[in-house]
Amino acid sequence: MPTPPNPRTMFDKIWDAHIVQAESEDAPAILYVDLHLVHEVTSPQAFSDLDARGLKVRRPDRTFATLDHSTPTLPPNQAGERPYVTPEAAAQVETLRRNCAQHGVRLADWDSADRGIVHVMAPELGLTQPGMVVVCGDSHTATHGAFGALAFGIGTSEVGHVLATQCLLQRRPRRMRVSVDGKLQAGVSAKDVALAVIATLGFSGGTGYVIEYAGEAVRSLSMEGRMTLCNMSIEAGARAGMVAPDEQTIAWLRGRRLVPQGAAFEAAAERWRALATDDGATFDHEVRIDGAAITPMATWGTTPDAAAPIGAPLPRAANDSTRRALDYMGFAENEATTHYPVDVVFVGSCTNGRLSDLRAAADVLRGRRVKDGVRMLVVPGSESVRRDAEAEGLDRVFLDAGAEWRLPGCSMCIAMNGDLVAPGQLAVSTSNRNFEGRQGKGARTILASPATAAASAVQGVLADPRTFLEAAHG
Amino acid sequence: MAEPLKKLVSRTIVIAQESIDTDQIIPARFLTTTTREGLGAKAFYDWRYDASGKPKPEEQLNTIDAGEHRVLVAGDNFGCGSSREHAPWALMDYGFRAVVSSSIADIFTSNALKNGLLPVVVDPETHARLLADPGARVTVDLEACELTFGNAPPVKFAVEPFARRCLLDGVDTFGWLTDRIPAIEAFEEKNAA
Repeated sequence: MPTPPNPRTMFDKIWDAHIVQAESEDAPAILYVDLHLVHEVTSPQAFSDLDARGLKVRRPDRTFATLDHSTPTLPPNQAGERPYVTPEAAAQVETLRRNCAQHGVRLADWDSADRGIVHVMAPELGLTQPGMVVVCGDSHTATHGAFGALAFGIGTSEVGHVLATQCLLQRRPRRMRVSVDGKLQAGVSAKDVALAVIATLGFSGGTGYVIEYAGEAVRSLSMEGRMTLCNMSIEAGARAGMVAPDEQTIAWLRGRRLVPQGAAFEAAAERWRALATDDGATFDHEVRIDGAAITPMATWGTTPDAAAPIGAPLPRAANDSTRRALDYMGFAENEATTHYPVDVVFVGSCTNGRLSDLRAAADVLRGRRVKDGVRMLVVPGSESVRRDAEAEGLDRVFLDAGAEWRLPGCSMCIAMNGDLVAPGQLAVSTSNRNFEGRQGKGARTILASPATAAASAVQGVLADPRTFLEAAHG
Repeated sequence: MAEPLKKLVSRTIVIAQESIDTDQIIPARFLTTTTREGLGAKAFYDWRYDASGKPKPEEQLNTIDAGEHRVLVAGDNFGCGSSREHAPWALMDYGFRAVVSSSIADIFTSNALKNGLLPVVVDPETHARLLADPGARVTVDLEACELTFGNAPPVKFAVEPFARRCLLDGVDTFGWLTDRIPAIEAFEEKNAA
């Protein structure tokens, strides 16, 4: 294909198409938002801002809410009462219900078959589409970039701005391309790629950037895998990560409830195909990673970039940060993280709570048992994932292995609904953050893929899942 | 709307740790609130209180006079992680008006500026000098975009110009944006066509 006269990146094409008022020295751009996703935790004060000013939600048709963060994952009691962790958590959910009713905003409520973690349910419904600007009061909004959307997290004041105007004030970020070249090895998942990317960039390597993920290894990922990869962009400091839409993207979206239907879909698909970065377009920064060299990864420290191949020796405590991280984790320098007994295994979250993730964990667990003394919690990312998993019998695989099977929600990833790792316990978790106390005060977290989490549940220590998978397929 | 801020003279409190994430600044279990108020009591909660909920006497955050220490000097990559605006709300309510580091996370910066908490990014050398001198008296001058301490010449810092004007003049960002709804409507009409 000939190089166009003014080659642009995918980011630039989307950004330029959403400028209501151009950026100047004095003021940021006014950027139009196509889709605003809302949940109970970061929205109450924003709705209060609107109420205080006597404003209504300007575009309820571009707004969609769900319940996910504060919601219990255990079923209601016989009286129909949900086991909320505190009355405040229950009140927060009630507040979102009331705000949605008052402002005419669609809500995937408790009784909705659509409810789920915001970054799992919105793509499922077809709300997320290529070329869109998608925002949510949640730092993992970059997930939606897997579809070739510009998607990023915002604060509550900005949630108010979008509710009231459908716009945000934004300065143009810098652009980075991360190319993961080569073919991934068998048994290496999108989570391993994400952890390898973050380890390469460092905890703030993406600050100020929007990342476009490219390269053969990225293209080979399923849509679910691309969501996992984009989801964790913020863990390297980048507000957004994106992957160019291709035929797989279009096939995944075709027929979903809220995408255009029929001829309108085919017309949209034509526009989506044109979003990819033009040949000759330049980025502010380029990073190349050898995808063929990536092996199953896990974190050893208290930031997501503190990740290494499973089995690699822990680093020396060469500086205060490393020393503090090793002390907190209770790990000794030069040891391997595979030596420490695991107390809890969590499979779920907006990073790894999709059907393919549950299948990967179930493939390891089928016919095996969670080791005595290990608690394993499996939390589907949405009601749709739950239905599909139960239809395939994955719930039986987990229950037969001795794991718990819960209702959808953020659960133990953010640990604000009562699903906690106890102080001092070591967890292998498919979530996105291993910060001190993230999964509960004093909890110690190792981040890894669903297959690794399941293998670790069986072994009782952090384990490379490839031995299990070879046994299953060999 | 952010409280106006022009010039701040204060002693510093230093937390040298890198990557102080928003889960440290305010743990997630305190995010079930539906208001912005009173979160200072929960700031750095798990650092300040032991398992039984008693304040840790050795923790410097429990010993300072919040009225006198309004500038937090922190390790690199401050405010990373979750987008929770509860983090700047908690820091403001605790008494801080400025955070100084060698880098500050994007979403935290945006959230802080909307609330009148000034993120100040300085060069690594200045950062190292500030980290080495806890309790130093500093002047943060938003008008001049300069930070001064000790006998060293003032150090320039950058603040997004619009946010700076909003802070200096007490401009209401929300109102500024809603005043532009006609332009937004025109954009929508053009794109619907």
